[in-house]
Amino acid sequence: MNTLIKMAWRNIWRNKKRTVLTMSSITIAIFLSLFSRSLQKGTFGNMISNAVKFSSGYLQIQKKGYWEDKTIDETFEQTSKIQNLLEKNKNISSFLPRLESFALASSGLQTKGTMVIGTIPELEDQLNNYSKKIIKGHFISEKDNSIVIGDELASFMKVDVGDSLVLLGQGYHGITAAAKYNIKGILHLPIPQLNKQLGLLPFQECQYFYASENRLTSISLMLNDPELIDKTKDEINNSLNKNYAVMTWAEMNKELLQFVDTKNIGSIIMLAVLYIVIGFGVFGTIMMMTMERRKEFAIMVSIGMRKSKLLIVVFFETLFIGCGAIVLGILISYPVLLYLSQNPIKLSGEFALAMEKVGAEPILPFVLNSEIFIYQTLSVILIVMVAITYPLIFILKFDVLKAMKN
Amino acid sequence: MSIIKTKELNKIYDVETIPVHAVNNVSLEFEEGEFTAIIGPSGCGKTTLLNLIGGLDTPTSGEVFINGTNITKLNSREIIDFRLRNIGFVFQAYNLVPVLTAKENVEFIMQLQGISKENRESRVLQLFDQIGLKDKLNNRPGKLSGGQQQRVAVARALASKPKFILADEPTANLDSKSTSNLLDIMLKLNEVENTTFIFSTHDSRVIKRARRLITLEDGKVVKDDIVK
Ligand SMILES: Nc1ncnc2c1ncn2[C@@H]1O[C@H](COP(=O)(O)OP(=O)(O)OP(=O)(O)O)[C@@H](O)[C@H]1O
Ligand SMILES: [Mg+2]
Repeated sequence: MNTLIKMAWRNIWRNKKRTVLTMSSITIAIFLSLFSRSLQKGTFGNMISNAVKFSSGYLQIQKKGYWEDKTIDETFEQTSKIQNLLEKNKNISSFLPRLESFALASSGLQTKGTMVIGTIPELEDQLNNYSKKIIKGHFISEKDNSIVIGDELASFMKVDVGDSLVLLGQGYHGITAAAKYNIKGILHLPIPQLNKQLGLLPFQECQYFYASENRLTSISLMLNDPELIDKTKDEINNSLNKNYAVMTWAEMNKELLQFVDTKNIGSIIMLAVLYIVIGFGVFGTIMMMTMERRKEFAIMVSIGMRKSKLLIVVFFETLFIGCGAIVLGILISYPVLLYLSQNPIKLSGEFALAMEKVGAEPILPFVLNSEIFIYQTLSVILIVMVAITYPLIFILKFDVLKAMKN
Repeated sequence: MSIIKTKELNKIYDVETIPVHAVNNVSLEFEEGEFTAIIGPSGCGKTTLLNLIGGLDTPTSGEVFINGTNITKLNSREIIDFRLRNIGFVFQAYNLVPVLTAKENVEFIMQLQGISKENRESRVLQLFDQIGLKDKLNNRPGKLSGGQQQRVAVARALASKPKFILADEPTANLDSKSTSNLLDIMLKLNEVENTTFIFSTHDSRVIKRARRLITLEDGKVVKDDIVK
């Protein structure tokens, strides 16, 4: 066995150039696919996490029926029972009650539909770092009766910090909701949609505005491990009664889910094509290595080497090339991705604007995720396995005498 | 008792179109310790006959017995193992595994036989002593002359302690000095260790030194002489 492995090792260096070329093509493929998967997973993760933080949460508890109508009438009362339940669940990192509804904002001659969200400023700030996203003025605090709004909304309404904004809407059970609020701060968020229509009020002030004391539209839940979302959803569902509904971000934000899914499939197809091309290269190399040694193989079989032993040699040759490339690919990719995952690339200029327009944060975030490494490794092993099949069959079938004549 | 016996051996190529009777009804016996040359013009069937005796080729009809075993009845795997334990081969050229050193080439066949490391070591040294290449143990075939390579091939063929050695034109690619050197070694092994050699050749210098000459013509044995 040792000799067979030794032979395999020496064999792959008989044609150094070819081996190096084949190995580097696999290595580059691994690097490219790790890089692109890491970036893509990072981008999607970032998009999802932004979307869920600012709006829905990974999971949301609502009154059953709220999602269909989204009216202020479909709210529920905050109880300590729910609070206890959420505090006990280990996968819930934080939860945030919100009361939200649409209202008409006006100032001077300008009027615009606005999403008015009542929230607990302190918790919201912990979660979303709002105070850092204030570009003018200050973030609200619990006892304020003022509002912060998105920057695009502010410029549309031609208002500034210190100006006042009139809100008009419909409160609980049809009561007219109307109030005038001082603008305490202006926000810039990574989600353009929110910049255009968000207004944030302190929780109690908002309940007062919508005439719905102690009521909420939702509790948004943040998770420690978003992968366990379905399990956590079931746990909460089982302990709440039928009047409540628990929804995942994917159920609430179908567009985002669809976007992520299509992009994912697209990039997996791209990588598959890349790997097929690389696979042909590997196949070509192993095939050449096998065919050009026909005579050598024939002599070895003549003197009494079983074909199964030849198979072992060729198998190890392939293993050395494949594993060498995998190890090299990972060794190169890991530090690069580690660095990038901690220091995402910040974009600027036109490209950044373009990204913001489609609703993405203008950074290139990377994730360092063992899953992508495992998948790329398995892909390479798979293509190498496929590439080696024909050469192995050739060895089993080849005619010793014919091979010797060449 | 003979170690090889062929019985009405036939090999016909292209049976359907224009049949070529490469080996025609050959019945021969070989004794232990022979030093036999198979000669005849090009295309007379020397290679085909040696391949049939060595179990590399299967006859159209007839049988080959080696030490009483009918090797034409063995399956493809059994015949490989049989060759490993019973027959030594020396081919015309490119005999050796290029990535193994001279020593490793010789040792390899003993490894295939499952011989222990100590026994391999001592046998390798003994063989390299006999072929006069003790100083080239660690050279790869690429760094040996053609004649040296053939001597290593002889050593490898002997390493497995076979019943006999088959060599198809072992000197065809060698100059006259290397040819006589190789023949000296083969003859010495034959005399000292009673090793059986059966080889084909065109070379008059080789023919001169054989003890038995089998002449083929169109696949038939036309002459079978004991020379000395
Ligand atoms: N695979 C084959 N298919 C068809 N005919 C073959 C094949 N191998 C050999 N022959 C024919 O069989 C005959 C004997 O060939 P063989 O190679 O045994 O001759 P040889 O005596 O070894 O010749 P040389 O001295 O040139 O090596 C020749 O006529 C050859 O053309
Ligand atoms: Mg011949």
